[in-house]
Amino acid sequence: MALGPEEANRFAALLEERQEELVGAWTDRVAQSLRGRLSRTELERQTGELRKGFHAALAGGAAELGQEPADELRAQLTELSSSRARQGFSATETAVSVFALKDAVLTVLDGSDASNLRDYVAFSGFVDQAALFTFDSYVQIREGLIADQAEQLLELSTPVVKLWEGVVAVPLVGTLDSARAQVVMERLLETLVETGSPHAIIDITGVPAVDTQVAQHILKTVVAARLMGADCIISGIRPQIAQTIVALGIEFGDIATKASLADALRFVLKKTGR
Amino acid sequence: MSDGERIEVGTDQDVVRVRQLVRTVAVSVKLSLVDQTKLVTAASELARNTLVYGGGGTVEVARVDNGRRRGIQIVFADQGPGIADLELALTDGYTTGGGLGLGLSGARRLVDEFLIDTSIGRGTTVTVTKWCR
Repeated sequence: MALGPEEANRFAALLEERQEELVGAWTDRVAQSLRGRLSRTELERQTGELRKGFHAALAGGAAELGQEPADELRAQLTELSSSRARQGFSATETAVSVFALKDAVLTVLDGSDASNLRDYVAFSGFVDQAALFTFDSYVQIREGLIADQAEQLLELSTPVVKLWEGVVAVPLVGTLDSARAQVVMERLLETLVETGSPHAIIDITGVPAVDTQVAQHILKTVVAARLMGADCIISGIRPQIAQTIVALGIEFGDIATKASLADALRFVLKKTGR
Repeated sequence: MSDGERIEVGTDQDVVRVRQLVRTVAVSVKLSLVDQTKLVTAASELARNTLVYGGGGTVEVARVDNGRRRGIQIVFADQGPGIADLELALTDGYTTGGGLGLGLSGARRLVDEFLIDTSIGRGTTVTVTKWCR
């Protein structure tokens, strides 16, 4: 049931006339659901702002949330979802902040009048739209956060460390997909240039499974490092990985491989006569 | 066959999920560490084939029991173009996708039973089984 222009006007008037009671009851309900994790002053400010938003939208004659008079309200709801999502509130806790308006309106509405109730049903539909919109933008913002974190994780999980004078190492941990392999290769090549190291060790102790794709990424990285004049060693090949590589038929050719990082470092130091 | 779990494969992340599921099931039927790693690697290869060459599909992992031994059976199914020359596709080093060309042939060597059913235009189904020793 959509909100007619007259109903919208009546509600706009109600939101304006009874604003103090409304904001009070509304804030009470939100505060209850958030259990003291936001201060009451803060919540009161938020609900007060939202009330203004709803009032402006309804007074402007919006029958649906998607219409132009509700632009400002939508922006406010997005803002609300964004701050809630970043503060770690759940989707329900976020949507409740909007749904609570329905309860608040019910407390100030004269329920004995049947026409009031009809209006209320229509208004309630409008609030539902607003809450769903909040929910949607909450999810979008959370997805954005997750994508950001995935990117940060990518950066975090691929350090290139200097082991010795002229020896750098890349300890690989986790799944080596194409995106990470690219990051690893870039980091390694940059570090080789910066430190002028002639030796690099790629340690795969933390890679749970070496399949043909992972092997191919490692081989490409080694070839690229060689083109820059650096010698690469692969270390951290555990027994089960060695057997799997043999069964798969992957050949590392003339690339030196060692069981542990310590072996690899010893090998390099011996080769350079230190 | 009992209590199979299904994963839809449509992205690289799904391949990772297949790998994790296979590892969990492999541990639960007490496969040795070497066999776990072999099976997980084979599953990784075949799931990626389903994704890259089959255009996505499903992977079903189930515990099996032949009365004497327990094991895992994994079925990779896609509705892709199918494989025109199976013998060629199973040759080491042959690839149409720029990989090492060892995925399909390597996976066959990593498992105990390897069945492939393919027809042009209707897709490919690969069934692999690994038994506990």
